[in-house]
Amino acid sequence: MVDGLLDRANVDAVLNDLDEYAVEEALRIVEAHGGNEEGGPNTVTVISMGPERATEAVRKALSMGANAAVLVSDPALAGADAVVTASVLSQLISQGSYDIVICGTESTDARMSVVPAMISEKLEWAQLTFASKVEVDVAAQKASITRTTEAGVDEMSAQWPVVISVVEKINEPRYPSFKGIMAAKKKTIDVVGLATLGTVPTSSWSTVIDSAPRPARAAGVVITDDGSASQKFVDFLVEKKLI
Amino acid sequence: MSNVVILADFVGGVASKSTVEIATAGAGIGEVTALVLAPVGQGAQYANSITQGPIAKIIVVESNDFALHGVAAVADVVSQVINEIKPGVVLFVSHAFGKEVAGRVAMKTGSGIITDAVDISPDGTTTQLVFGGSTTVHSKVTSELSIITVRPNTIAANFVEVNPTQEVKSFEVSPSAKKATTTSSLPPVKGGRPELTEANIVVSGGRGTNGDFSVVEAFADSLGAAVGASRAATDAGWYPHSHQVGQTGKTVSPALYVACGISGAIQHRAGMQTSKLIAVINKDPEAPLFELADFGVVGDLFTVLAGATEGIQARKA
Ligand SMILES: Cc1cc2nc3c(=O)[nH]c(=O)nc-3n(C[C@H](O)[C@H](O)[C@H](O)COP(=O)(O)OP(=O)(O)OC[C@H]3O[C@@H](n4cnc5c(N)ncnc54)[C@H](O)[C@@H]3O)c2cc1C
Ligand SMILES: Nc1ncnc2c1ncn2[C@@H]1O[C@H](COP(=O)(O)O)[C@@H](O)[C@H]1O
Repeated sequence: MVDGLLDRANVDAVLNDLDEYAVEEALRIVEAHGGNEEGGPNTVTVISMGPERATEAVRKALSMGANAAVLVSDPALAGADAVVTASVLSQLISQGSYDIVICGTESTDARMSVVPAMISEKLEWAQLTFASKVEVDVAAQKASITRTTEAGVDEMSAQWPVVISVVEKINEPRYPSFKGIMAAKKKTIDVVGLATLGTVPTSSWSTVIDSAPRPARAAGVVITDDGSASQKFVDFLVEKKLI
Repeated sequence: MSNVVILADFVGGVASKSTVEIATAGAGIGEVTALVLAPVGQGAQYANSITQGPIAKIIVVESNDFALHGVAAVADVVSQVINEIKPGVVLFVSHAFGKEVAGRVAMKTGSGIITDAVDISPDGTTTQLVFGGSTTVHSKVTSELSIITVRPNTIAANFVEVNPTQEVKSFEVSPSAKKATTTSSLPPVKGGRPELTEANIVVSGGRGTNGDFSVVEAFADSLGAAVGASRAATDAGWYPHSHQVGQTGKTVSPALYVACGISGAIQHRAGMQTSKLIAVINKDPEAPLFELADFGVVGDLFTVLAGATEGIQARKA
């Protein structure tokens, strides 16, 4: 079994919080199935797309225990939207031999929650997203998840290859150990440009017209309770026509 | 004017308020066709529950594959409908399911996608709030077809009564969209309270409740409000995770958000900052959430809420 795993570097080039859960889950799956030996059959590969400085974020995943890392970095990808991101990552994944791709459910910067579904669509792999629990049956080459969203709780399963995304309550990500940090320094991060990926779309189909800080909220009233706060709160609700 | 398709949203087989909201957003751009995807034999019942919102026409497709294969199956049929009727804009509700379907449809049709719009102008320019609601962004899809997801509770819904024409169409879900299978499905545990993301008022409790949500619930009930919680409270097991408000929970923007014993971490703010009014009760005057408060009380949440609940009940009596 080979695990491919995605993570994304945000503006500060720190590992996206939510992707630590993905790294952790990938490590747990591989460890539970006797793997994670250097060069062994069960490995976790970190895949990311971002500027060169994203290597720091990728290194964090390596120090947690991931075996290998590939970072797609290319000036042509600056400002890539979700379609481009998912296309590039899909292309990279299809060039490897992965069975399971694990993502976070959303990136802390973009917060779109669409990339995993889009990768699944592009690769025509099964989509098992918003997982609060993942089980892998190596013999049957099957993955099962508990999908937890506002719409309820579903049990879903599929044959490999699959794209999984995990929600934050799935596990407690480990802190890199000193040994892990030292080992990560020796691991190489394979930084590739678009040229190695063949043809992938690089022009985004959505553009930002402008952005501006929102006007600050008008200052409100803050009172200290002297026994009359409850009544003043009720008065506030009445004044605002909420009761 | 381009034609607009909306993927109608249902809760328990009945069209939700979000359906009216995305129809309203769509009607500003062009004529709205609602796509109703229902289990076999229930298409008419689903479609007939659409009685409000500026919707000109309904297309019904029935298949049990929607429930069985989830997002992928729905996206597959939505894309087939798009290929047939060629709308200029397709709108979805910005919840987990709607966003994932939208993402797959964008990929399948080679179109641009914008998520979490809080407003759409007639030319298709969207407004989004990013970085926890602190920044306003205007964006536009530049491909022929625009895929946009609209955040619940942000568009003033037009509840006009309608009786749209209905047309039943048949489409087969492609084999590639049937790779994941749902083996069991439970709806969210529902109390008698309104849905968190649809409620007009949300009352949330945090670590300050010390595990006792009874005063928070009683106050919420006196206002007909939904109950939310900070992650500190859900992680401690005091309240179900499905009620968590924030970056990794739900995003709410009710008319009033009441935060009780919640300090105001950035991750919590990300889920409630766009509320129209914010009330904060915290015993620490330095609690950062006071910065957002329209009405704040420095005091004990148990005392303040109990008194306010009494006051509200007295007014009603
Ligand atoms: C990746 C990530 C994602 C996260 N996602 C979320 C999320 O989605 N939602 C979320 O909420 N948090 C989230 N967090 C956690 C967030 O950072 C905070 O830890 C959390 O919001 C704190 O919850 P709290 O305000 O209830 O607790 P605290 O910060 O401990 O605040 C408790 C407050 O209660 C007050 N208090 C105590 N007793 C009383 C009393 N009797 N009366 C009145 N006030 C009282 C205290 O003065 C204090 O201000 C996330 C964190 C991370 C790292
Ligand atoms: N540039 C990227 N590189 C690697 N993984 C990514 C990238 N963008 C998104 N992802 C993955 O997709 C998930 C959802 O991202 P998003 O759809 O942007 O919210 C993230 O948690 C990552 O696991």
